[in-house]
Amino acid sequence: MALKASKLKVGDEHKETVVDNLSRTQIVMYAGASGDYNPLHSDEVFTTKVAGYPSVFAHGMLTMGMTGRMLTNWVGDGRLTRYGVRFVAQVWPGDSLTATATVEALRQEGGQHFVDLAVSTVNQNGQEVVKGSASARIDP
Amino acid sequence: MAVRRFPVEATHILMFARAINDANPIYSDQEYAKRSEVGRIIAPPTFAQASAQFDPDYFLRPKVDQPWFGSGKEPTGRPAGAGGGGPAGLHAEQEFIFHRHVSPGDVLTAEVKPGKEWEKEGRRGGKLRFRETIVEYRDQNGELVITGRGVGVQPEKVVEQG
Repeated sequence: MALKASKLKVGDEHKETVVDNLSRTQIVMYAGASGDYNPLHSDEVFTTKVAGYPSVFAHGMLTMGMTGRMLTNWVGDGRLTRYGVRFVAQVWPGDSLTATATVEALRQEGGQHFVDLAVSTVNQNGQEVVKGSASARIDP
Repeated sequence: MAVRRFPVEATHILMFARAINDANPIYSDQEYAKRSEVGRIIAPPTFAQASAQFDPDYFLRPKVDQPWFGSGKEPTGRPAGAGGGGPAGLHAEQEFIFHRHVSPGDVLTAEVKPGKEWEKEGRRGGKLRFRETIVEYRDQNGELVITGRGVGVQPEKVVEQG
């Protein structure tokens, strides 16, 4: 279901819980699929004893990927034209993340309608972990 | 990082979609995909990052018969005297521009171009060094399909939970 420019206005938002109680196994799945086997994400011994962190933590790209699910669920499949984020804070095992997209602008280019979105993902404490923006092709 | 051949495959897309906690059938169900607006299985937006699997020199993957810096018998497999680990580089920013969404059967290349470099004072002291890289993903016809822009940061100190 694609979004329609005629039914959207600046300030409209869409929110989804993209993970509840993030497991270490989910992080391992991301390592396996993405090919990023950095021990900081799966090797508790290395991460606590050598790197000095309190525990392993999620790949930033896992949070970006899960946040992307909220975007594609809203704008429709194959509709994103741009998606970018800054990794603001780390995501730890046990975290629950809520991702939100907010309409910032509606525009037309060469007869095609687009929506520009602000993107923000927060953890269970309301702390922002990912902040970004996205654009998608929408229907008139 | 440069990737000479990144074959986009259905199984890899399925695994990647599961890894990002996304059960959308557009990533795995051919019948569903055929009836959808896109008309074919596509990869999730951030899938291009998995090109690391096809980079022969990717440094965050253990290599056959080579020591790995993660734990084994010892907390790190780094040879003694090679340094204690120290703060590792982290991913600070990532952006993708989608010229088209890729599908199983596409065979991509990834060309990496250096971007800007800058320094910033960290919130808890210590310098942060940022480095940008641009990655151009092209398909089997040489068409640009995805442009990636990544920023890595190298902190002088361990980054604590904010």
